[in-house]
Amino acid sequence: MSSIGTGYDLSASTFSPDGRVFQVEYAMKAVENSSTAIGIRCKDGIVFGVEKLVLSKLYEEGSNKRIFNIDRHVGMAVAGLLADARSLAEVAREEASNFRSNYGHDIPLKHLSDRVAMYVHAYTLYSAVRPFGCSFILGSYDKDDGAQLYMVDPSGISYGYWGCAIGKAKQAAKTEIEKLQFNCLFVFSFTRIYIVHDEVKDKAFELELSWVGDVTNGRHELVPKDVKEEAEKYAKVRLYETECSEFYNSCETAGPPASMLGVRSVLQVVCGKRCCRCSTWTCFLFQDSLEEEDDSDEDNM
Amino acid sequence: MEKHYTDSKVKGVSTGTTILAAIFDGGVVIGSDSRASMGGEYVSSKTINKVIQVHDRIFCCMAGSLADAQAVIKSAKSHLSFHSVQMESPPLVIAAASVLKELCYKNKDELQAGFLTAGWDSKKGAQVYVVSLGGMLISQQVTIGGSGSTYIYGYIDAKYKPNMTREECLQFATNALALAMGRDNVSGGVAHLVVITGKGVEHVVVPGDKLPRFHDE
Repeated sequence: MSSIGTGYDLSASTFSPDGRVFQVEYAMKAVENSSTAIGIRCKDGIVFGVEKLVLSKLYEEGSNKRIFNIDRHVGMAVAGLLADARSLAEVAREEASNFRSNYGHDIPLKHLSDRVAMYVHAYTLYSAVRPFGCSFILGSYDKDDGAQLYMVDPSGISYGYWGCAIGKAKQAAKTEIEKLQFNCLFVFSFTRIYIVHDEVKDKAFELELSWVGDVTNGRHELVPKDVKEEAEKYAKVRLYETECSEFYNSCETAGPPASMLGVRSVLQVVCGKRCCRCSTWTCFLFQDSLEEEDDSDEDNM
Repeated sequence: MEKHYTDSKVKGVSTGTTILAAIFDGGVVIGSDSRASMGGEYVSSKTINKVIQVHDRIFCCMAGSLADAQAVIKSAKSHLSFHSVQMESPPLVIAAASVLKELCYKNKDELQAGFLTAGWDSKKGAQVYVVSLGGMLISQQVTIGGSGSTYIYGYIDAKYKPNMTREECLQFATNALALAMGRDNVSGGVAHLVVITGKGVEHVVVPGDKLPRFHDE
């Protein structure tokens, strides 16, 4: 979709003869140049993962965040022009805070995403301003309404999703995400980012993971370091195990997935305890060489 | 709780009044008397309704200056109706109470109105909130207000039990209103009661001659 606007693309207040607003489309291209961010809605929570490309060894680890806390129960992962994204995070925070102040309760995510989307849309109407060059994914978890995930793009549209991806590898990421069953465990969400990243063949990157759900009591937080490490270890294993995916396919036919266990599922799978997916005992042995995985050992734990 | 303001502070029609709300197992009863008086001497209306519906399952009782309370409720009602359309779901009771509270607090210099808000929503079930004259908002299980309320604090404290049945709670509310109306000269008339549950809303009106009588009546 790389057509040249030729005169109809100078301001957001101009339509082209074929009915497009080029400035908005160019803004979406800015998002596509940025590294990937994905959000996955699981049965009892949301996971965000952002691939932060490390441009310089001098960067402090953990700085330059791309996942923001909007409210206690709401998180936002962004892709695109980061400065635009940060100011939108502030807008979202004010919306959530004003809502709580006026109505006495947490803002429902659909409403928040509608409000921020309206704000983004307003910047696509006038020639005096330029559209925001970022997309973002909002996610929240609430005991009554469950997990919710919405994505807003520079045109000001917001949609609810089970899983979505924004940024340069979004197509590859979407393909991977589509393979997920959406009542799945948290742990598999982490693996997708590794899979997508390797496909992109970029240099070193830092993975920023955050989650909100039952396991965090409804608060949006960065995934703790130990869980993240286990998940990364597990993800690396998954990348090299084809037998494992066959094993899991057979698990899927063995019966309905057990209910989600959140963080414990990561540790349990890694430590060789009961497999939460299909209630059979399995054991995974992780070695540096990754040659001797024993994925079908019936262990008597 | 509602202070018994002296008539010298209030000009025009005021509601010397008795209002109450109580939660029972599965819903809430909200009720009031029906007298509007002027200067504590003249009954300007025997049958006004002080229980106002602000949304499908949320009702409010007014206390203080009737004019101020009506103005606030009108604004809150329209605000809530818009809010509910935006949310695509009925407003939470706390949202209704917060809207009233914002109006009372932000305009506390001009207004003299307090409210009891009672209702049912799918998130937290039956709830009662009190918005006082200055704009304080708290949640309670049972609450009373208005000038007549001072005479029935003892009755409420002694007789309210959590998780009553609907009938027990209706009887409790009717008795409380009758006792207050019997002692407060600016409360009287009929007892307006509204029962709100998840299934719906029911209005019960107990006319003066059907109110319970006590030993000296």
